[in-house]
Amino acid sequence: MTDAASTSALRPGVTDAYLAMVSTRRLWTTTGILIYVLLFFGGFWIANDRNAGGFWRGLPQIFDFPADVVSEAAENAARLPGLLLEYFPSLIETVNIAAGATLIGGILGAFASLLVTRGLAPAPWAIAPLRRLLDLLRAVPEIVVALILIFLLGGGPVPALIAIALHTIGSLGKLFSEVAESAPLDPVEGLRSVGATWAQRMAFGIVPQVGPNWLSYALLRFEINIRASAILGFVGAGGIGYDLRNTMSFGLGMFDEAAAIFMLLFLTIVIVDQGGSMIRNKLTRGRT
Amino acid sequence: MSAGTADTMAPESPLERTTRMMRRKHLAIFGVPLLILAYLTYLVFSFEVPRLLAEADAENARILAGDMVSYKTHVTRDNGSGAVEIAIEGSRSGLYPEGESPAWVESQGGDVTLVELGGGHVVELIGQNRLRYDIPGYGVVAATASRSGGVEASFPDGPLPDWINAASNRVAITTEAGRVNITRARTEVMRYFPGWELFFFTLDSPYHGLSPLEIGARAVNGEAWAIWQDVWLNDRWRHNEVAWALVETLLMAFLGTAGAAMIALPVAFLAARNFAPLGPVRQVVRRLFDFLRGVDGLIWTVILSRAYGPGPLTGALAIMFTDTGTFGKLFSESLENVDEKQIEGVRSTGAGPVARARHSVLPQLVPVYLSQILYMLESNTRSATIIGAITGGGIGLLLTQAIITQKDWELVTYYIVLVVLMVFAMDSFSGWLRRKLIKGA
Repeated sequence: MTDAASTSALRPGVTDAYLAMVSTRRLWTTTGILIYVLLFFGGFWIANDRNAGGFWRGLPQIFDFPADVVSEAAENAARLPGLLLEYFPSLIETVNIAAGATLIGGILGAFASLLVTRGLAPAPWAIAPLRRLLDLLRAVPEIVVALILIFLLGGGPVPALIAIALHTIGSLGKLFSEVAESAPLDPVEGLRSVGATWAQRMAFGIVPQVGPNWLSYALLRFEINIRASAILGFVGAGGIGYDLRNTMSFGLGMFDEAAAIFMLLFLTIVIVDQGGSMIRNKLTRGRT
Repeated sequence: MSAGTADTMAPESPLERTTRMMRRKHLAIFGVPLLILAYLTYLVFSFEVPRLLAEADAENARILAGDMVSYKTHVTRDNGSGAVEIAIEGSRSGLYPEGESPAWVESQGGDVTLVELGGGHVVELIGQNRLRYDIPGYGVVAATASRSGGVEASFPDGPLPDWINAASNRVAITTEAGRVNITRARTEVMRYFPGWELFFFTLDSPYHGLSPLEIGARAVNGEAWAIWQDVWLNDRWRHNEVAWALVETLLMAFLGTAGAAMIALPVAFLAARNFAPLGPVRQVVRRLFDFLRGVDGLIWTVILSRAYGPGPLTGALAIMFTDTGTFGKLFSESLENVDEKQIEGVRSTGAGPVARARHSVLPQLVPVYLSQILYMLESNTRSATIIGAITGGGIGLLLTQAIITQKDWELVTYYIVLVVLMVFAMDSFSGWLRRKLIKGA
């Protein structure tokens, strides 16, 4: 007791400084939270104002449409297995778009990542411009590329595949390069000392080290790409999204088909998510 | 047993083990690329790539590339009355006032209008319905259009080149200098110019055609507001609507991300093993998060746009639904990895569960959460563009509309540039905020 009292008596400046620091921090935190609250509710008000239907009026209606879908699906429950089978090929197309895009984007992204990693790049002067290129590929939303390619090539899965693949190159290129940056360079040095070419140094010195991590990122991307592929279908790029739009625009009477599509999409996403995270856990934890 | 082990172990000398491993490696090295190749080949045929390539229209690509960076001015003559109109991109807002014309269109006496397309290409619009086009290196095309006789055209001898398309009531000529379209009703001559036309001022604005210096001088003299109004309300480029669309897109991303984070923050405690002792509750909350995430943003968008119609609120709610699931999962995972010692310390002072969460858990997790939220905000800026295209809101809507009309590619380019700039700006803003907030914490 006396000890503590004497300490604070000896060094009164410390307590004051601490309290002052706490109060400025509190002030900053409060201001930050106030600004945030203001932005959030102001933004909400603007969004609500510019929307066709208001938030509170629409709130009870959120479940009208799912209820319609469920009731129609329940009425025609006998048709459901048949519908699931009917739309299965579209689902395969959607998954194929995602898988092809992940594969192509992953391979090109792997090359790109080696070209933009300091210490590995064969042409250091090209690192900065190539990184900007990857940023650009990442920044352009897939839908933009897809719609332009639909104009050039006509509808179908290929525009979606190219659009998603380009985006995948951008994002995997960046992630891959972050992994490669932290890989030890000793194997590369060893290979260089026996006269290996750049391609050989990368293939035998870097890729085996980063392989599991790269694969794990690619799997994560595949999960994201399945969602993207379904969305692009909705704007005319084939697959299950396209079927969904057609049934939706038909309206009541085809909601049992919409229900079948919802189920297929939901199951696929859940399965790929769960399977992907299982494999990823194995890939990243099994090693360490 | 031991003999058996010896049997299998003894022959496995280091050399043989290495050989076996190398063989497996070889199989992988050749097998995996082969599998990938086989899959891609399957895709090529399943997606009918050869047919697609055969049918792809190179003309579309040319139009697209040209239109993105150039504009055309139409000189249109009504083949009935003979009246000539000159308009940029053929639109109302680009119409030249009566009696005014660019230097390359010359009205000569006697109902002849001379249109110079550059490079020696000269088109003469004669009378009410006749046309004469002197094409360098080819010859003279003459055409007469009428309601009764269709389009009668005469060409130089020899087979028609493929850049001329002639039918009984329509002739279309496309050269490197411009285009000529003749139908019964009207004759249209188009000349291309590089750049984006009327980007700041439309032709009906008094400031069109003035140099930046002059405009600056006028702005200083008190016309700044009028100049700004003319640019802002430019009805070809619609800068004000585009700005609103960008704001709407950012709003969707912000409201969706922020709303999801606010909902997920408290609920995540119920899904974390070390904070929710009741197993069944934990399971229910976790499955709820999985459900929100599993029902994709696309499905939420479709469902919500039924209830709310088009607009930014619909997009914001769609992002919020999906991301509540994502944040719930991420937050509860970090809660499970939280350091127990600090909680113990706060508990020893007699703090209840809420106080413990506030003073021992949140300080540990705020930097992690902020970083996750900001990353999500970045990625949602892109998602909001896409969701906007589906629900009808924000820059996504403008973009899809401009692409679907298939002619205003300069608008499409403008919007794409804006979207890319918006995403870049958002990336650097969230990076800046992340550094600021997390260093401060």
